[in-house]
Amino acid sequence: MAALLESLLLHKVDVNTALGWLKNAEQEREKLSFSDSRVSVQKQEFVPFLLNFLREQSSHALTHGPATPAKTPNRPRPASQTHGFSERRGCRSAGGGPSSGSRSASRVQLFSPANALSPGNECDAAGQPGSNCLSGISAFSSPSFNSGWSPASRPSASERRSGQRISLGDYMISPDQQSPNLQSQKGRRRSAGGGSGGNMPAGSQGRHGGVRGGHHGEETGRWESGGRRSGRGGGGGGHSRINEQVSPPPDFNLEDFPPVGTSPAPSATTKPSRRINPTPVSAERPHSKPKTCFTSTPFSKPSSPPLGTEAQEGSVTVGSPLSLQEERELLKREKTKRAQQIASPLPAPLDVCTPTKSGLCTGSKVTPDAQVACPEPSKVTFALELDLLAALYCTCISENLVPNVFLELFFVVQLLTSRFPPNDDEGSLCAVNLDVLERGYLTQVHNCVYFAVKVLENQFQLVANLDKCTLRLLAENERVASFSPALRDELTRAQDTSTAKLSPSVSTFIHSVSFQPATDNRSNFSSNKAFHTFKKQRDVFYEVLREWEDFHKEPGWNFDAALGSRIRGMMNQLTDAGNHSHFARLFLKQLVQMCKDPRVNSSPGDTPDADLLGMLGADSLGRLKRLEERLIQPHGVVGPCPPPSFPGHQEFFKDFLQAASCCQLNQHLQDSLCQQLLQLDEVSILSPAASIGEKGGEGDGDMEQQDEKQRFSSVLLLARLLAKFLGFISFLPYQTAEKPSREIQEAAVALRIKSSPVLDVCAVLRNSIQRRRTVLTVPWLVEFLSMLDFVGPLLLCYRTVLGSLLLLYRRMLLGECGGEMCYLNKLLMVAVLGWLFQIPVIPEDLFFTSDFSKLSQLEDSNTSGAGLDYIPLVDQQLLYTCCPFLGEFRKLLAAFVSGSTAKSGGIIRKITPTSAELRDTPPTNRSQQKLQVDLEQAFFHNQPPSLHRTVEFVAERVGSNAVKHMKATFVSELVERGEKMLRDGMEAPNSSPSKLNDSICAQLCDSGMEALTRATRFCSEKSPEAIRILLPDETSPAVLTTSENITKRLATEKACSWLAANIKALIRREWKGRFDRVMKALTQVTQDAEDAGGPADELVFQARFTAPKRKQSSERVTSCPPHCSHSASLPSDILIEIKELLSVAVGPRTDQEQATVPQLQALLQRVGDTLTCRKFSTAVSEQMLLHTTVLLACKLVSAELPLLCLPVCDGVAGEPPVRAVLEVLSELWERDCCSSAPLHLLFTPLTVTAVLKASDSEWNTYLFLVRKLVERGVLGEEEVISYWKKLSSLALPTELIEKFHLQSQSINPSSPLPELQTHMDMLQVSQQTVEGAT
Amino acid sequence: MRLSRAEYKEIVRCIEQLRPTRQCMKMLKESFPNHSQSTLLSIFSLEYQKRTKRTIWRHHAPDVIESYYQRYLSGAKARPTAPILLELANEVDLSPSLMARIILDRFLQDLDGGASSKTVLNSMLKEPPLIPDQILASNIYQCTINDCCYGPLVDCIKHAIGHEHEVLLRDKLEERSLSFLDENQLRTMGYDKTPDIILEVPVAVEGHIVHWIESKASFGDDHSHRTYLNEQFWSYWNRFGPGLVIYWYGFIGELDCQRDRGILLKDCFPTDIVTLCHGNQQERQTPESGKTT
Repeated sequence: MAALLESLLLHKVDVNTALGWLKNAEQEREKLSFSDSRVSVQKQEFVPFLLNFLREQSSHALTHGPATPAKTPNRPRPASQTHGFSERRGCRSAGGGPSSGSRSASRVQLFSPANALSPGNECDAAGQPGSNCLSGISAFSSPSFNSGWSPASRPSASERRSGQRISLGDYMISPDQQSPNLQSQKGRRRSAGGGSGGNMPAGSQGRHGGVRGGHHGEETGRWESGGRRSGRGGGGGGHSRINEQVSPPPDFNLEDFPPVGTSPAPSATTKPSRRINPTPVSAERPHSKPKTCFTSTPFSKPSSPPLGTEAQEGSVTVGSPLSLQEERELLKREKTKRAQQIASPLPAPLDVCTPTKSGLCTGSKVTPDAQVACPEPSKVTFALELDLLAALYCTCISENLVPNVFLELFFVVQLLTSRFPPNDDEGSLCAVNLDVLERGYLTQVHNCVYFAVKVLENQFQLVANLDKCTLRLLAENERVASFSPALRDELTRAQDTSTAKLSPSVSTFIHSVSFQPATDNRSNFSSNKAFHTFKKQRDVFYEVLREWEDFHKEPGWNFDAALGSRIRGMMNQLTDAGNHSHFARLFLKQLVQMCKDPRVNSSPGDTPDADLLGMLGADSLGRLKRLEERLIQPHGVVGPCPPPSFPGHQEFFKDFLQAASCCQLNQHLQDSLCQQLLQLDEVSILSPAASIGEKGGEGDGDMEQQDEKQRFSSVLLLARLLAKFLGFISFLPYQTAEKPSREIQEAAVALRIKSSPVLDVCAVLRNSIQRRRTVLTVPWLVEFLSMLDFVGPLLLCYRTVLGSLLLLYRRMLLGECGGEMCYLNKLLMVAVLGWLFQIPVIPEDLFFTSDFSKLSQLEDSNTSGAGLDYIPLVDQQLLYTCCPFLGEFRKLLAAFVSGSTAKSGGIIRKITPTSAELRDTPPTNRSQQKLQVDLEQAFFHNQPPSLHRTVEFVAERVGSNAVKHMKATFVSELVERGEKMLRDGMEAPNSSPSKLNDSICAQLCDSGMEALTRATRFCSEKSPEAIRILLPDETSPAVLTTSENITKRLATEKACSWLAANIKALIRREWKGRFDRVMKALTQVTQDAEDAGGPADELVFQARFTAPKRKQSSERVTSCPPHCSHSASLPSDILIEIKELLSVAVGPRTDQEQATVPQLQALLQRVGDTLTCRKFSTAVSEQMLLHTTVLLACKLVSAELPLLCLPVCDGVAGEPPVRAVLEVLSELWERDCCSSAPLHLLFTPLTVTAVLKASDSEWNTYLFLVRKLVERGVLGEEEVISYWKKLSSLALPTELIEKFHLQSQSINPSSPLPELQTHMDMLQVSQQTVEGAT
Repeated sequence: MRLSRAEYKEIVRCIEQLRPTRQCMKMLKESFPNHSQSTLLSIFSLEYQKRTKRTIWRHHAPDVIESYYQRYLSGAKARPTAPILLELANEVDLSPSLMARIILDRFLQDLDGGASSKTVLNSMLKEPPLIPDQILASNIYQCTINDCCYGPLVDCIKHAIGHEHEVLLRDKLEERSLSFLDENQLRTMGYDKTPDIILEVPVAVEGHIVHWIESKASFGDDHSHRTYLNEQFWSYWNRFGPGLVIYWYGFIGELDCQRDRGILLKDCFPTDIVTLCHGNQQERQTPESGKTT
């Protein structure tokens, strides 16, 4: 490979031959043979070589942004190499040695050596334990595939990991050792030898040795040098030898390509001075987003991120190096230990990054901005060679020969924004003399920018599909402007056409899962116990969720410690009740509600995509938030390959499942997820075939297309979420923190191959490819596969599916226009697949091995056409939602801008006005509008899901029909009118058709806005009809009306927004057609000008149906009298008043506490009213009221309740005033409502005794009352007699009995109670007994 | 009435020494003339219940019961017309109704020679004339009628108040043509948790979505609010989304801190209600700006 590149650079081989060879997809031509050297090169070897070469070349330049991982060649290198190159390599690798070795664990290797050297790293290492560091790195790094072929040189996974820690620690503790290296690095072009003095750490020395070996003409040497890593991995000086023997030194494991944070390191390598200044950049790493993501991924404990780089090892025979490796490992462990001891536990304090500088914190610069060299086109050297390299590189990108297209683009942008100290030029002086491959093509900022701009020009189509903001940043980039004004202009233009459509109303309203009687009430449960258990568990679930929301961000909070036991307790109870299916349903629904839309899913504070989130709000809050986020975390560049993560609330659900570790739940979830996924995968999306041909794509088709697009995007996002969780649950049992050893892997494969996988991914993919639905299937499949465990990819089914995906990726050439597949569809697939290939668990050899792909053949189906792949379904918004990492370009560029402005004093337009603002709405109304949207969402929440679907469906149809209707009626009317105006106008002398045309067109367009009014009317008319007929008859009127109104609004909004945007164009187009026709007709005077343009079919369909009867809301049964005004006192008030009176009566009381007759009369009047109006009464209160009135009577007759005697109030002269009150009482009891008054209380011994104990007048009053009651028929005589009888049989004190007797004697014989008299006698008779009893 | 925690604490401090009698209530009202009586009474009732829960065990020890009973007996003998039990209750700081219950229970034990049934006990408390001993009966009347925290009469009043406020709430909703399902309807539909009201079409109150309304005819203090949150309000949220709680007798203002999370507190029927309004037919909308947060 090197030979090929060398030949090309030396012009020994024609570039076009090479390009042609690269482009040709034919298997046979995978090899390119040279005439001059009999070496044949394979594409899969050449590509990684080229990529690594470029990375190497520029390694010191990329001081900001995450590193773009390089590719590792998988094969042993061919023999031909230049010594010089290897030597240089060696030198560099020597410098970078320690870290690179360690880094190999992550896929991002390229710059790691430099990393290790950079002071920033030291600082980093010091600031945190190795593990943290590691995770940080891995998170940042965009992994690359490294060749599986050189196992010998790579330590096992765990080894590497530890190695990495060591290396960092190592550096930390031996700074003095580094300085020579650094020096040598700086002068790396000079000679490797000098730099690599004996001072180096063992690892690096080994490397060095290896290099040396290469230098001495060993064939492997070159490769070795290429992969500094391998060198690093090698222990002693003999290592190189070993490598030679073993041959495969893949060493370019670019895996280490350090992420953004680490990138500053490379620059450090070149400049010894940097060592002195700690790099803030690296400090930033620990807190950067990816790391958090990373730690939140299921398989990785923070301390040991899963870096599945090792797929291959073991496949190569490890020869003598064994002992060396052992030794090395020991050494590493020791170092790790030390490093960890030294490292402080928390990197947190280092987190702070200021918006302006963070991007730039290129570690070593003392005064970064001032010293940055300004690239100038005139200073570019090696222009020809750079052109050639760019051509080769671009072809690799265009042909999808690189594992991740966006990774390369990112690399290029990094080059574009690279920073060099101004006086860096001298470095290149000596370069000229070196071997072609040794020259520093990209060692100067001028060259880097030149190269980057070349590539950008070439890949313009790809770039043009990035978001508007990125495009603007690129267009405004001064370097682009100075190197290629043409590119800048193109970018500016692209910016205008870039139409990022943001959906206007995404509510951030998060709901619970609504209780639906149809699925949740008792009849859905096997037993009462199950029902009630689930009732409790639902509440526990939300309690846990709320607690998580409150605390999960707090430092030191631990999910399992805080919630684990509660969750497990809940699971046990569910198991007891056999309720897992219910809970699984709740869990999934909640998951979907909270996480489906990634823009909404994140809880405040962690925003996966700040910009989208902010803009979507369309209210001031959103903008404020956006602003805030920009201030807080302006350029947290994380690189284009973040590891799989569970952002926002997803983390809760993931942690919940882990904490629950409940196999029943998981099984239910799996079943349900599988079913839902397969259903979603089958969803049919309509192809707007009709509109495709239409000019300009305007027409109703466009609107329908929007709907389908939205539906697609919703289905896709949902499927991705479900697939991720299905993958998570399915592979959860197999997750290991570290990659298992070869033996364990084999054993696991042997076991697992026997059981069938949860989802037949191969069949799903095959089916999807055949039916051309990959744009839907692949993105979710990628999510599913991203959850694989380390062994998973080795299983046949996953291996096959990965191979198929790879083939699919290769086939998905972006540059190939005219292909059947829509560009953005392709772009989405390329982006997600590229991302998948960089995930640690996916074997690195996947990309560059061909045997793998032999496993899976893509069957081309004959069924062409109709598949989803050919429908333009993906838009930029969806692309960015699915691939948030595309936003990294913007961050990178913004970081550059903020840095360079510090220098130039320029203005950063970071806060851009959003175009998503609502039309014509004063800001005060915004919150009102949002509230209305929220209310609508809320309305659907507790309604059956079918209601929501119906409303949305009807609104969509009605809206669309409204537009059709407008087109058919209104527009054609206008055009008719226009024609008449035209004909009239033409009759006038000196008329100019073109002028007429313009003025008529303008007039028509002006009146076009009337369409909105008409469409509104149409929607208001049609929506309710349709809704009424579609909803169940039993729907309550309020729900029905609300549904109708919402439908009306949605339909109107839909129709009007489309019309507002398109009506003029539509009219113009229609008019133009008509105008042409008319003009044609007018010119051919012979022909009749009659032009039949009858209005199109009348779409109005009059649905005649009578409104179904609505169930009247059940009237409350109140037996108030008709016309009751419900103005009576409340029962409670009356009760309180009577209670007050009674407590005065029972005492203790003061002398002042007395009641008056009128007061009592009024009170009793109110009692009557209250008892009559039953609106507020209950059986209990009513009964108590009656009870208290009787009690009151008792207290009155016994004079226990003193009455204030006012002369005025004495009603009947001579009668005690109390009688008036009693009169009222008996009247009251006479009423119907009082039939159940407990009048027996009047005849209890307690009452009678009290009466008797009082004076005679009381007894008379008592009898008065009884008589009244009998008179009024409230009490029957019989009743009274039986009370008397009862009384007589009860114990009363003797003297009272006597009194009773005496009193009864005095009763007037003429009284209407003769019977009573008799019974008084009886009382006497029983006196004996009574006496005896007391 | 929305009280600040400081105001509330002041009231509580004042309540600490009070007994649940008419006289004490009068004092309380006089000390806080600016607060509504029902609020004061509700706070007192809640505080007194807490106090009782804390101390009731002391009064239930057998020897204590016995000593109370003996004191009653001797007192009743000496002064048959005096409010012996009520005085005793106040002296030992026990609710008169509870004291009545203890003594009556003890009395019935003597009478029947065994443990009396709860039903008998309750019916006698409710209707003291059923008690064979008249002096005891009138003492018990004195206790239950005077007690403003416990006892059948107070229970009934509390129940009535709760019910009345639910009716009032429904009235208010109907007045505003807000369609809703009430607790009974919900129960027949098989809901496992039923707030007083579920709105068929949600509204926004002071900018917050409201799906359900719970009426509480009591004062919302920390303890009761916490209990309600755990047992009711969050459960409603879990099923029906955000909602509104009306503490008709007021609450501690600081407790209204879950608005953004979906639980809104009010002390009256809200005036600032925004309904879904569609197009031209702007439904009633009372923009009452003062209270929006």
